[in-house]
Amino acid sequence: MRQIDDDFLALPLRRLADAALQRARELGAEHADFRLERIRAETLSLYDARLEGAADADDLGYAVRVVKGGTWGFAAGIHLTPEAAVRVAEQAVRVAEVSAPINREPIELAAEPVHGEVTWVSAYDVDPFEVSPADKVTLLADWSAGLLKGADHVSARLLQVKEQKFYADTAGTVTTQQRVRVHPSLNAMKASETGFDDMSTIAPPVGRGYEYLTGTGWDWAAELARLPELLAEKLAAPSVEAGDYDLVVDPSNLWLTIHESIGHATELDRALGYEAAYAGTSFATFDQLGELVYGSPLMNVTGDRTVEHGLATIGYDDEGVQGQSFDIVKDGVLVGYQLDRRMALMKGLGRSNGCAFADSPGHMPIQRMANVSLAAAPGGPSTDELISGVERGLYIVGDKSWSIDMQRYNFQFTGQRAYRISHGKLAGQVRDFAYQATTTDFWQSMERVGGPQTYVLGGAFNCGKGQPGQVAPVSHGAPSALFRNVRILNTVQEGGK
Amino acid sequence: MTPQEMVERALELSTADGCVVLVDEESTANLRFAGNTLTTNGVARSSRLTVISIAGRGVGVVSRAAVRPDQLAGVVAAADATAREAQPAEDAGELVAGGPAGASWDGPVTPTDIEVFRGFAPALGEAFSAAEAGGRRLYGFAEHTLTSTFLGSSAGVRLRHDQPSGRLELNAKSADLKRSAWTGVATRDFTDVDVAVLDAGLAQRLDWAKTRVDLPAGRYETLLPPTAVADLMVYLFWSAGARDALDGRSVFAKPGGGTRVGERLATLPVTLSSDPAAAGIGCAPFVTARASSRQSSVFDNGLPLSATDWIADGRLQALLQTRYSAGLSGLPVTPAVDNLIMKGPEGGRSLEEMIASTERGLLLTCLWYIREVDPQTLLLTGLTRDGVYLVEHGEVVGEVNNFRFNESPVDLLGRLTEVGAPEQTLPREWGDYFTRTVMPAVRVPDFNMSTVSQAS
Repeated sequence: MRQIDDDFLALPLRRLADAALQRARELGAEHADFRLERIRAETLSLYDARLEGAADADDLGYAVRVVKGGTWGFAAGIHLTPEAAVRVAEQAVRVAEVSAPINREPIELAAEPVHGEVTWVSAYDVDPFEVSPADKVTLLADWSAGLLKGADHVSARLLQVKEQKFYADTAGTVTTQQRVRVHPSLNAMKASETGFDDMSTIAPPVGRGYEYLTGTGWDWAAELARLPELLAEKLAAPSVEAGDYDLVVDPSNLWLTIHESIGHATELDRALGYEAAYAGTSFATFDQLGELVYGSPLMNVTGDRTVEHGLATIGYDDEGVQGQSFDIVKDGVLVGYQLDRRMALMKGLGRSNGCAFADSPGHMPIQRMANVSLAAAPGGPSTDELISGVERGLYIVGDKSWSIDMQRYNFQFTGQRAYRISHGKLAGQVRDFAYQATTTDFWQSMERVGGPQTYVLGGAFNCGKGQPGQVAPVSHGAPSALFRNVRILNTVQEGGK
Repeated sequence: MTPQEMVERALELSTADGCVVLVDEESTANLRFAGNTLTTNGVARSSRLTVISIAGRGVGVVSRAAVRPDQLAGVVAAADATAREAQPAEDAGELVAGGPAGASWDGPVTPTDIEVFRGFAPALGEAFSAAEAGGRRLYGFAEHTLTSTFLGSSAGVRLRHDQPSGRLELNAKSADLKRSAWTGVATRDFTDVDVAVLDAGLAQRLDWAKTRVDLPAGRYETLLPPTAVADLMVYLFWSAGARDALDGRSVFAKPGGGTRVGERLATLPVTLSSDPAAAGIGCAPFVTARASSRQSSVFDNGLPLSATDWIADGRLQALLQTRYSAGLSGLPVTPAVDNLIMKGPEGGRSLEEMIASTERGLLLTCLWYIREVDPQTLLLTGLTRDGVYLVEHGEVVGEVNNFRFNESPVDLLGRLTEVGAPEQTLPREWGDYFTRTVMPAVRVPDFNMSTVSQAS
């Protein structure tokens, strides 16, 4: 198991925390927490196997969050001295005081066991920042050169992040954590007489190290070898006929549908209206907890911050709450929400399930998404078996365009590729497809769920929410699944052509 | 160490063939509220040093936050080393030559803080009370940011830009949360924000919504207000990269090769432009590029920006260019500018006048969750939000259900039948990234509402 980097531990973590928390206590804060973060991110971009852009950036700073007189106060600073930390604590208290006239709901937090002094490191073998950029560029260039034999242009991108967090609160929890994530992706584009099209790899971003690019967790050689022929087939494919189809949705596409229509819809801050002016609310309102029929009885969804290699996996959240796994939808019924400490207490739900997260030292933690995943059916069918049960349908692979309304009812998704299903067999790709549905109609139409052999942990680095805007990494496990009578659009016709 | 000293010291430390240094000092303050009460708030400072080293045609970029003086040499050495190991950069070229530093270079940075809301916060509290009494709930976000950017290079560039940015987004809902209205304003310092007036406008829209009219999906004559036009035109702007057009992979690619520059896109004499000196929406008058990409080049840092027409008199006039892509395309060097202005023929009417002249049509409040469906046509999908109103015989007669739309902003330009008077507006969808726009309301005779959304 990897250890937390020495140069992070060498920062004056405890001295700054002690100074800030002591000052917050002196100024009368009921609660205070201190969070110091260093986030390093490297991005490499290649175009047609040549380096297009490279950036290596970090973010380092700390924040003090207080509850003073029942009102939040938050301030962030960058100077790593106890004196500066004291000033930031004073600023946080001042922010609470200025804000008090517009606060009408006293802030109280759900109790959390004091965890003492604990450390946690994510599961990875090779720190991507210990591999030279030149070696990474060489690998991406080799992959790109291979694809260029069957494409006009090839884009390659590698995102790598190392996130280090130190947290301490006035109750006595002190956590030090480190996690790593990587996202390689390639896209091949080709033009024909009728236009152009492209196709991207479907390898998901993961909470792994550089080993993900060299044979652990994904078969890159196999995926890259197939991409040119898949793109050529797509370019020559007929345009889809709009109408209602049965869909077999591959986990490489279904993860995003889960993210948008379940993950965000079951965030309690949305259901309570805290995101109403921005990301939106949720059709899954709190009064329907335990009653809302979300989907078919085959639908079981969990929120989880513990799964190995998950992008939202962490030992302790940004309020000192230990990572957990919990039910969101059970046998098709809404049974749980994603919580932070304030909302858990406010709604009488007991302990928080650990979904508070801030994407940087300069931002206040808000409720963010756990790894929200659809359970596979034990002993369930393979993807081929799902396809064999469809007379007229589409098999959709890979995510592409996505959009959903502000209450998470109405969505529209496309994919990297779609195959026509005729009499239980794949019958070649079609182009210009999008599927459009209402969330509960879609999930209630789920007739079969694939077995564990179809299950893949997909996800994204960049889920956006909150104001100021914050991005969060999150994974979603999904099996293949069969949905009946879903509306398919022809996007060319939608464009009025 | 001041930002100016950090720039000079970093340039001295670099042993590469060339070097560009950027220092960004940012301060921000924000208030967020929901249901007539505060939810989150905060103040934050950040400081970022970006060193771009050039060795031959190799480039090394290292960007670090909160750099202490004793760490500076390490950051510069890391950038120099990366440049020496790097593959040749395709956009490699001469750095922009600079002149003497301007008068503003030496001044101190004056950060913003929570006191920027000293007058606004009590007014917001009063608006909460008024809303409570009127059966409304207010939701929203107020943010003020000041970013000071210092740019220096081994070619003599010394440039500074101080950019204040502020915005208020205000959303009012009825007590049962079934009716919703939104407005947003961009501001430089919050002294010009009258929250009571904004709240009163939202109250009127909630009153309009008391009469509900259900309409099916279909194509409708539609009035898009300036914020909705801004969201569509900003996406068009972001999609107007010359490289993608040259490579045949965008809506601005000419079939068979080349770009569509010179082609008529709009039947009306529409202009889409940017201008760093535009009143009220001023922005950096020089290029700042912290990494090279399809639409930017680190070698262009310091390049002067000027007023640029992207579309003039309805014709595509320019695409987003670096000096490198301009060399490939043979077109003028027209880098991106951080504001966007759309205008129609002189004498454009106000939105109220456009409503009054509408026999039957839809009036939108704003658009949301806009995503690209097809890059070949720039087909976008998204949703209406916070109020779709039915206009009959020149008056709003009720609120209609929300819709999902599928439309291309490029195609829309060719179908506009009216372009209203331009005004400064805040894009609802892209306001996190792009706040400086001047846009008109427009009339579209056949806007494609693809399906009904149950969201309210």
